[in-house]
Amino acid sequence: MIYAVFAPILFAIVIPFLSRMKHKIHTGWLILPVPLLVFIYFVSFVGSGFESQVSNYSWIPSLDISLSFHLDGLSLLFALLISGIGSLVVLYSIYYLDREERLGHFYTYLYIFMTAMLGVVLSDNVFALYAFWEFTSLSSFLLIGYWHFKERSRYGAIKSLLITVSGGFSLLAGLISLTIVTGTTSIREMVGQPDVILESSFFPLILIFLLLGAFTKSAQFPFHIWLPDAMEAPTPVSAYLHSATMVKAGIYLMARFSAIFGGEPSFFMLLSLFGIITLVCGSYMAVRQTDLKAILAYSTISQLGMIMAMLGFGTDIAIFAAVFHILNHATFKGSLFMIAGIVDHETGTRDIRKLGGLMTFMPMSATLALFGTFSMAGVPLPFLNGFYSKEMFFDASLQLSGYAGTFVEIVAIVLPYLAVIGSIFTFVYSMYLFFGTFRGKYKEEQLPVKPHEAPFMMLLSPIILVSGVIIIGLFPNLFNNGLLTHAADAVFGDEVTKEISFWHGFIPPLYMSLTVVILGAILVLTKTKWERVYNILPGNFSFNRIYDWGVNQLEASSNRITFTYMNGSLRLYMVLLLASVTAITGTALFISDGINFEVSDVAPVTVHEVLIAIVMALAAIATIFVTNRLAAILVVGVVGYGLAILFVLYSAPDLALTQLIVETVTVALFLLCFYHLPNLTKRTESIAHRGVNIIISIGFGALMLVMSISAYNSQFFDTISDYFTENSYKLGGGDNIVNVILVDFRGLDTLFEVSVLFGAGLAIYTLIRFRKNKGAK
Amino acid sequence: MEILMAILASILFATAIYNLLQKQFLRIIIGTVLLSHAAHLFLLTMGKLKRGNPPVLVEGVTNYTDPLPQALILTSIVISFGVTSFLLVLAYRTFTLNKSDNMDELRGSSDE
Repeated sequence: MIYAVFAPILFAIVIPFLSRMKHKIHTGWLILPVPLLVFIYFVSFVGSGFESQVSNYSWIPSLDISLSFHLDGLSLLFALLISGIGSLVVLYSIYYLDREERLGHFYTYLYIFMTAMLGVVLSDNVFALYAFWEFTSLSSFLLIGYWHFKERSRYGAIKSLLITVSGGFSLLAGLISLTIVTGTTSIREMVGQPDVILESSFFPLILIFLLLGAFTKSAQFPFHIWLPDAMEAPTPVSAYLHSATMVKAGIYLMARFSAIFGGEPSFFMLLSLFGIITLVCGSYMAVRQTDLKAILAYSTISQLGMIMAMLGFGTDIAIFAAVFHILNHATFKGSLFMIAGIVDHETGTRDIRKLGGLMTFMPMSATLALFGTFSMAGVPLPFLNGFYSKEMFFDASLQLSGYAGTFVEIVAIVLPYLAVIGSIFTFVYSMYLFFGTFRGKYKEEQLPVKPHEAPFMMLLSPIILVSGVIIIGLFPNLFNNGLLTHAADAVFGDEVTKEISFWHGFIPPLYMSLTVVILGAILVLTKTKWERVYNILPGNFSFNRIYDWGVNQLEASSNRITFTYMNGSLRLYMVLLLASVTAITGTALFISDGINFEVSDVAPVTVHEVLIAIVMALAAIATIFVTNRLAAILVVGVVGYGLAILFVLYSAPDLALTQLIVETVTVALFLLCFYHLPNLTKRTESIAHRGVNIIISIGFGALMLVMSISAYNSQFFDTISDYFTENSYKLGGGDNIVNVILVDFRGLDTLFEVSVLFGAGLAIYTLIRFRKNKGAK
Repeated sequence: MEILMAILASILFATAIYNLLQKQFLRIIIGTVLLSHAAHLFLLTMGKLKRGNPPVLVEGVTNYTDPLPQALILTSIVISFGVTSFLLVLAYRTFTLNKSDNMDELRGSSDE
């Protein structure tokens, strides 16, 4: 199973090389077999005899993090969607994306996503799941920003990343709390002990954290604002990530954990309420849109809300309907996105106000769109799968009993009405989408390109998806035993048996469906009268404004904070650095009782050494006050030569020699440069600056004093110097131990030292050599 | 004697830092030179002073000064020489281009 999950990302490594040949053969053809093989692999599991599979791969055993994959009914359904629609999207993109585009980038991102998404739905380990989860966010970010030269793309990409990744952090917090409460990182073991989780005092926190993660990812109200902006991505991406798979990750998460939370009133309340609000808002907002993809985006939001609400209901029929609708939504919405892409591709616009009457030019696309939109609207026809799941949704919304508490009861009563209202708007925008694009008056003068039918191969993917719509519609029980019941079982935690049938008799769900169709049709036919209302009621924009305001404020204030210390003044940087070093080291020394002034075992003091030390100290202090260039060289030289004498006294002849040579050369260099540089000026800093400077220098000096004396008195380890003394001749073959250390024991250090010197020399040469070309750097 | 050297090193550190905090490029260079002197003295003192013969093997002598700090310092002297000369040339270049050796007038470009 691990190969199936990682096949796309491993294959992504060679995509950049394959894309070099894109002028001979479109990269898409070369990589199409990968998702197809993965799809076939997962199809082989489908069947009524399916049993869940587990395979374990160790990753970070010390943290109990493993790549353990668990394939049950729910995972299987998602894995089939990911690989199946993935294959169709790759096929579609071959005709959608021109060869001049950066195909290598596109397919690499897409395949990274494929692995990440498969990982999300198959991981049994919560931390592996989280890692894959964030990878889906990242690849979505890259794909939305694929046309990065467009400002809207960048905006959409950043928005989706900010919202989904902050939700991801919340998810991580929830998963960590779950791990702490249950003592395991495996989802299967967590599901096995729901009582422990429900009775823990962390339960409200866990629930809220997980819900935030799921709501941001699945674009639930009020986090739905990122999805419409994500439509800036190329259409194959919108069809794949932002309708069929990635946005369902939140649904998957809720479905996965509903075996634990199912039946909890708070879980029911939050999920159903937010789901239904999302359904109503999303479908209402979709009616107002004029961009084909924006309509589909809001439609996706509302459908996701519907699935989320059904998971919240938690009854067996609701869960079965949710699972069924996940499959149905992927088929009709995927095909509609592809049709929208085709319309955009062939006419040059996605603005529904400019489109119309395309049926005569694009009969195939129009037929496909007809099935897609009518299925989405839930029109009661026996060959449209959307109707079945929608009617089950109504049915489920009516069967919400058994929850105690006044508020919960009120919600249970209101839910069916909200469901109908949401569905009416769904009907309206579905009709609007189809009739607005393919029927009505043909507006030739408004179209940038003369429309014509797309090539057959481009239509192939939507044709396959629409065939799915019809096949599921005609033979709904075909997928029932092999796939859907297994998925529903996995969510519900118990056996779910459900016969899907078209005709139930004259029962409330049918009346609800008919109400939707009749009221919806009235609204569509009298659309011109309602348009004003749609424009008056703002809904969504306030949330967008809050987001924009938040992001702008964040940027502005971080800018302000950064510029208070990153103001380009070298002195300020030094002050901050040294003050922090002094404060932190000093505090650490103090807290850990590292200060130790009890000195023993010191060398005797002699007069000439004291004299040298005094002279050096005076010379060092003099560097501060001297204003004459020559005097400055002299006092710095005094310190250097004094140090050389100290080296002689302290048995370090090599150091003394080197120091003397270096000091001489340095003084010569100083002289050379001083000739070109202005004289030292009097220090002109303000008194406050001078005060700070004095405090910091003295503080740092004092710290070094305390540190050196304390360090002198403590020895925690045996010295390694004896090793060098003993082995200098034996191993290094030299009498001069220091030299042997430098060129033999620590030879590589010296090599790097030489390269530093070489680099400095090169830089100096460059700086001097090019002095004539002023400003031409 | 080690205490005296520790005090000397910390005086060197303090003056080095004070020079580093100045605006004039040359004073900053002087600061770095003093800083490396201070660090060398610090290292040498940590290895204990006057504890034996120079670390050059001689027949019959077993008592040598700790060679390790010396090896470190030797590396450091050479590196700081490289840094000092680079800084000097940089100062020279900066002055010829910008006609200023005041760090406050040489702040980064405005588009950052």
